[in-house]
Amino acid sequence: MSSGFTFARDDWRAEIFAALGRQNVVQVAYVPDAGHASLIQAAHADPQKKVTVLTTEEEGVALLAGADLGGERGVLLMQSSGVGNCVNMFSLLRSCGFPLVTIVTMRGEWAEFNPWQIPMGQGTPKTFEHAGFIVYRVDQPEDVGPVTESAIRIAYECVQPVAILLSQRLIGAKKF
Amino acid sequence: MLERRHTVATLLADRSSDLLVVPGLGSSTYDVAAAGDHPHNFYLWGAMGGAVCIGLGLALAQPKRRVLVITGDGELLMGLGSLATVGARCVSNLAIAVLDNEVYGETGGQSSHTALGTDLAAVALACRFRAASTIRSAQELPALREMLLQAAGPVLGVIKIASSEVPRFLPERDGHAIRTRFRGSLLG
Repeated sequence: MSSGFTFARDDWRAEIFAALGRQNVVQVAYVPDAGHASLIQAAHADPQKKVTVLTTEEEGVALLAGADLGGERGVLLMQSSGVGNCVNMFSLLRSCGFPLVTIVTMRGEWAEFNPWQIPMGQGTPKTFEHAGFIVYRVDQPEDVGPVTESAIRIAYECVQPVAILLSQRLIGAKKF
Repeated sequence: MLERRHTVATLLADRSSDLLVVPGLGSSTYDVAAAGDHPHNFYLWGAMGGAVCIGLGLALAQPKRRVLVITGDGELLMGLGSLATVGARCVSNLAIAVLDNEVYGETGGQSSHTALGTDLAAVALACRFRAASTIRSAQELPALREMLLQAAGPVLGVIKIASSEVPRFLPERDGHAIRTRFRGSLLG
């Protein structure tokens, strides 16, 4: 890799980063999240990527709509608690037929210790389905790369909003 | 106080084919359409609070073109954090014009936060915009236009406008058609 950042040997986020590169995904927008941390670091270290840190997740929906108007592919990285923040902005996608790829780290579904994460953790798949997204769920590390690449292709070749949910079991429940 | 239609017509007079315009929903979209329809206008009819970030994503994707977001005080206030996002990204080809009538005009004229003390130009400067200012008279408009169209961004200009009603001027409402036309013209 030319970016100057090296993933740990067993870090499956390297597969996401590689898929983004192969599919020419240039814009990376994110709200900081521990589950995405190494992917965010890798994106910042890659001079080919245009990386934007957001104050709230719905900004990323609007940002990537703008990127599409300008002919660039993007990805929005967030946690399940942020999905609810996006609901009205998702109407931009349906109203105008924008593609979107979002990769969501799940909370509130596997050995969760914080009850406040349950509502959006449990509500995330339904929220995406109501908003018209194609939803993929990943539980196994070996599926991360193929699902990401397939999702990006469907999003941009078929012009669809697509969400990839990285399960809390895959990420590992947060420990305190 | 300035008149909104004349203000927007002045900002967009003799526009360069490189200029990409994102008007916020409601009156800003009507004003931009009234100034002359153009395939490089991305009219918004919703997505309140999103105009600035749509402009940012577009500016990042098209660094050689100027992107001008034209929006109202209420629309910007709903996405105020986006000014911090723009400032952090420090994108040089993005300008924001705020048509500030200090009221929510579409919903009955309730006072907005700019009537109650919020200074949007000061917020922009605090978010590390390269320049931001507020104008209250037509004499100041040419210099503001120069800043919005030429100065290194991100820049933000607040234009205090009268809250009087103007006739609605309705452009295309089909978002798919607006997106397809915009991309077709820009990207070929």
